[in-house]
Amino acid sequence: MNGFKEYLKGYVGGVKSLLVGMRTSMKVFCQKKITEQYPENRHTTLHIPERHRAMLVMPVDEEGNHHCIACGLCQMSCPNGTIRLTTEMRETEDGKKKKFLVKYEYNLGSCMFCMQCVNACPHNAIQFTNDFENAVFQKEKLVMTLNKK
Amino acid sequence: MFLDYYNLSPLLMQIHAFLCSVMPEWLALTLEGLVVGVFILVMYAVLAIILIYMERKVCAAFQCRIGPNRVGGKGGLLQVPADVLKILTKEIISLKHSDHFLYALAPFLVILASILTFSCLPWNKGGEILHMNIGIFFVLAASSIGVLGILLAGWSSNSKYTLIGAVRSGAMIISYELSIGLSVLTMVVMSGAMDIQTIVEGQANGWNIFKGHIPAIMAFIIYLIAGNAEANRGPFDLAEAEQELTAGYHTEYSGMHFGFFYLAEYLNLFITAGIATTLFLGGWMPLHIAGLDGLNMVMDYIPGFVWFIGKTFFIVFLLMWIRWTFPRLRIDQVLTLEWKYLMPLSLVVLLLMTVCKVFGLTF
Repeated sequence: MNGFKEYLKGYVGGVKSLLVGMRTSMKVFCQKKITEQYPENRHTTLHIPERHRAMLVMPVDEEGNHHCIACGLCQMSCPNGTIRLTTEMRETEDGKKKKFLVKYEYNLGSCMFCMQCVNACPHNAIQFTNDFENAVFQKEKLVMTLNKK
Repeated sequence: MFLDYYNLSPLLMQIHAFLCSVMPEWLALTLEGLVVGVFILVMYAVLAIILIYMERKVCAAFQCRIGPNRVGGKGGLLQVPADVLKILTKEIISLKHSDHFLYALAPFLVILASILTFSCLPWNKGGEILHMNIGIFFVLAASSIGVLGILLAGWSSNSKYTLIGAVRSGAMIISYELSIGLSVLTMVVMSGAMDIQTIVEGQANGWNIFKGHIPAIMAFIIYLIAGNAEANRGPFDLAEAEQELTAGYHTEYSGMHFGFFYLAEYLNLFITAGIATTLFLGGWMPLHIAGLDGLNMVMDYIPGFVWFIGKTFFIVFLLMWIRWTFPRLRIDQVLTLEWKYLMPLSLVVLLLMTVCKVFGLTF
């Protein structure tokens, strides 16, 4: 008799779990579909997540000033040697010697988007954007200079 | 009677009388047979295309995708016709070490079984094609020819994948035939007839699923599960289990021979749903709600074949819902489900229905 009770219990439990499965799949059926129809929806419904890493940029304010202090931490933290800084020592108005950024070169072709440069930066001078349409025909075009002045 | 607006038989009788007046009767009958045969085959092909398109769209929606949407405008409407044209142009490869005759025969057996059962469906009042007083019994018998085709295909291809697939399919279909038979028998007990048209006409004052309440609903569920297994569709698609058996019994087939198996699979889905519609949802009978005479009048103006196809597609959707929800079962699980759970339940349901019928508890 005990076996029969177990059998009935298993029967009811099984039916219940099947119904849960069917409810779940019906929920997905009614959901908004996640397919991206890429080239067509480029300007309409395309959704690239905010935190997607596609391109390193150096934000500037209205006068074109950036936060980079040319400390070189990003260059040191980069595992691929993607970032190359050119710096020079200049004398400021109050007579102190200070390092200045001359050229911030970033090679998109060898970047693996690990984000260690952004994490290493003490002044948040660089960041990743989700601007992902970066394909070009010449390898040389992948090497970019991030600072404007 | 209210259902006579769309009765096809007076029209068909007139056509027959006209043909007999201009030619001998045997010629008239032959011509009519040919026309009906072509009609069945065209319906068969068109429904297969619709079902494959529906399957791809419904499957996509259950997986949060869109499905075919490029070929033929926005909805991808021409995707399936394009696939059909492609398969028609493909070569039928004949294998070196196979049993050539059986290898070529198998797809035709499968499609034959499918077409035979297909022509038993009650499309409309007076629109039946194969009509006999043991109709539902004939459907069960004819649908079992299909498994012979599957076994032959598996055996004659001379490959381990096809053979394992065929044996699995055979074991499964023969087991689930029992549950199907018992649930059909339950409904035969309820309507007191085996003739498909009589079963449908008996539901003029309410569909069987409402008239037979608890036992009818349980028989309906059993029928859907067993019918899914009968049509070799997931969660019971272990006969073709891609991951283990490449494509199961039709691994070695190509071109239109493969196309026949594919066609038969989808039409078997439609036939399973159509028989369920006939037995439980009133075939071509419109929906009537007691007391709402205005609504009932409007429902009567919708032709019977629209009701039949609409209800059938509703059940097809239910079957697709099941297919794209549950993972595939192992062969031992499939047989356990049948012999330890489904079959005892269908026996109980049959008993319950008989008791209800005897004591007049059905409506």
